[in-house]
Amino acid sequence: MTDVNGSGFDSSIAMTPSPRLWRMRLAEVAVVAGLLALVVGVSVGASAGISAGAGAAAGIAVCGLLALVFVQNRFRTWNYQERKEDLVVSRGVMFRRQSVVPYGRMQFVDVTAGPIERMFRLATVRLHTAAAASDARIPGLERQEAARLRDRLAALGEAKAAGL
Amino acid sequence: MTLTPQAPSGWQRLHPLTPLVRGGGIVVALLIVLAGSAGGRRSGGSVLPYDLAFVALVVVMSLIKWLVTRWKLDGVTLRIETGLLRRNSRQLPLARIQAVDVVRPFLARMLGLAELRIRLAGSNSASGRLAYLSGPLALDLRARLLAGHHGLDLATPEPAEHALATVPTGRLVGSTLLSLATFTTVIAVAAIAALAQVSKPAAAATGGTTFVYILVLGRLTWRRVNEQYGFTVGQAADGIRIRRGLLGTIAETIPIQRVQAVRKIEPLLWRPFGWCRLEVDIAGSPGREQGTRSPSVTRSLLPVGPLDTAGVLLGTWLGLTGPALLRPPRRARWKAPLSYHFLAAGHDAALAAASTGRVRKVTTWVPLEKIQSIRRVQGPVQRRLGLASVHTDAAGKRVRAEFRDREVQEANNLLKELTELSRTARRRVTSQQSITSAPPSQHEVATPATDSPGQHTSPEGWYQDPSARHQYRY
Repeated sequence: MTDVNGSGFDSSIAMTPSPRLWRMRLAEVAVVAGLLALVVGVSVGASAGISAGAGAAAGIAVCGLLALVFVQNRFRTWNYQERKEDLVVSRGVMFRRQSVVPYGRMQFVDVTAGPIERMFRLATVRLHTAAAASDARIPGLERQEAARLRDRLAALGEAKAAGL
Repeated sequence: MTLTPQAPSGWQRLHPLTPLVRGGGIVVALLIVLAGSAGGRRSGGSVLPYDLAFVALVVVMSLIKWLVTRWKLDGVTLRIETGLLRRNSRQLPLARIQAVDVVRPFLARMLGLAELRIRLAGSNSASGRLAYLSGPLALDLRARLLAGHHGLDLATPEPAEHALATVPTGRLVGSTLLSLATFTTVIAVAAIAALAQVSKPAAAATGGTTFVYILVLGRLTWRRVNEQYGFTVGQAADGIRIRRGLLGTIAETIPIQRVQAVRKIEPLLWRPFGWCRLEVDIAGSPGREQGTRSPSVTRSLLPVGPLDTAGVLLGTWLGLTGPALLRPPRRARWKAPLSYHFLAAGHDAALAAASTGRVRKVTTWVPLEKIQSIRRVQGPVQRRLGLASVHTDAAGKRVRAEFRDREVQEANNLLKELTELSRTARRRVTSQQSITSAPPSQHEVATPATDSPGQHTSPEGWYQDPSARHQYRY
C-alpha cells in the first residue's frame, strides 16, 4: 500500500498495524454476525417455519460478509510513518484522514489494550497533544512494537519538546 | 505604578479582611432572611438562635480558611498552601503562566481588595487563586509574576501600557440587544399581540411563558453589560491588557506569546453596522466551572467594535496584514452550498488563517508555531469533486484554522508546506527563547533577586516598543 491518500508523502517506509488486527476484526464481525444469525434464525424459524428462519440467517450472514469487506478495506488503509520530526498517521476509506503530529507537540502517549485486543496480543498507541482534535491513534500493534513506539515517541517528545 | 516593593519574601497571609468578603455574601443574605423571619413569625422562637449559629459557623469557617492559607513567591515559582485537614500545596512555575487576572468582585472592591488569578495550561485545578490581597499588593505581585514569566528580574517595574480600543456603553448594550434571542422575543411578542386580537385567554396563557423568557433575556443582557462594561483593551510589553466590569472589575493580562489563536466573529445582525467581535484562545481546558468567575480559556479581545478597530488590534498582534485569504474553487459550492459564501483560507510564514460560516462569519488566525497537528481530511463528496480539506489544530477543543475544500493538489502541497513552515516557526521561537529570555534554571532559584531590589530596578528590562517585541516574536 503506497501513498494511500495520493498526498505525495513518501510512503515507502510506512508501517502498518499487525495482520493480527485483521484477524481480530474478522473474529469480531464473525462472532457478532454469527450470534445475530443464530438468534434471528431460531426465533424466525420457530414462528414462521424453518425455511424462513434459514433465509433470515443467510441474509444476516451475507450482511456480515459485506461488513467484512468494508472492515478489510478499513484495515488496509491504516498506516503510520515515523519521520524525522513528526509522526504521520493515515486511515479511512470513506473519510480519508492523514494527521501530521510533530514529536515536540506530544503531551503524553497512551498504550491501551482492551480484553479482545489482549486476546490477540495487540495494543493501541495514541499520541496526545494539547489540541483535542489531533488524532494520532494507531490500533492493532503487536506488543513489542507498541512498547517500542511508545518509548521512541516519549524519547523524541522529550528531545524536541516545544512549549505551549 | 509607584511601587516600592518591600520584597515580600517568606510565607505571606492573605488580607485579614478576606473572611469578611468570603463569608460576606452568605452573611448578608442570611441577615436578610433573619430579619424577615424575626419580623414575620414571632412564634417560632427557636429560629433566631439557629440562624445566628449558622452565621457564626460561616464566619468561623472563612476565618479558619484564612488562617490555614499562605503563599510565597520564591524565585521562579509561586507557592500556595491551603486546607486544614487536607493540606493542598500548589506550585505555579512562572515560566508556564498563560494569563494573570486581577479580579475585584463588588464587595471586595468596596473594601479595596483584589483577587489574583493565575492561569496555567492544563485543567482548572492547575490554576492558582489568591483571594484576597490588598489592591496595590495584587498589582505589585502581578508585575512580579509577569516579569518572572518573561525571564526578567522580579523587581522589574511594570511596563507602560497604552490603550488601543474601548467599547462605549451604548454600543455594548445595542450589540447585546441585537442578538438572535432578542429577535425571537420581538417576534414572539408580536405573535402574542396578534393572538390577543383573536382570543384573549390563549394570549394570556402564552404571554406568561414569554414574560419569563423576557426576564431571562434581561438577566443575560444585564450580565453581559455588567461583565463587559467599560471594556478597554491595551498593549503593554508584558502582554495584552484588558479591563472590564461594572460592579466588579477584572483586569486581565495575557502574554502575547501565549495566544494560541485569534478569532473574528461577525454575526448576521451586526453586519449592517459593520461590527464584529474578537476572541483569543489560550491553552488549557475550560473545566467544569465555566461560570463568570472562573478563568476561561477563550478571552474576549473586543466584545463589539467596528471592523477597522478590529483591524488595528489584529495588526498589533498578528502583523499588519496577515496572509491573504484565497477562495476555494467554485465547485466547492456543491459540497458547502451555504458556507461557500465566506469560505477562504491562506497562510504565510507566520500565520494560518481561514474564514467560514454563513450566518455567523468566523475568521480564525493561528500562529504557525502554535500548531499542534496538521490533518488532511477528505470525505466522499470531496473526493468526487476533487477537493480536500487541511486542518491546522491549535491547543484547545475546537481551536483551528480549516483550509476547507481546496483542490486536492493544493491540499497536498499545503500539508507539506504547513508542516515545514510550522517546524521552522517552532524552531525559531524555541531558539529565541533559549537565547534571549533564558528561562531561569532551577539553579538560579535561590539567587537573591528579591534581596536587593534597588539595584535591579531597571526599566530597560522590558522591551519598550511593543512593535519591536512583535518582531522579536515572529
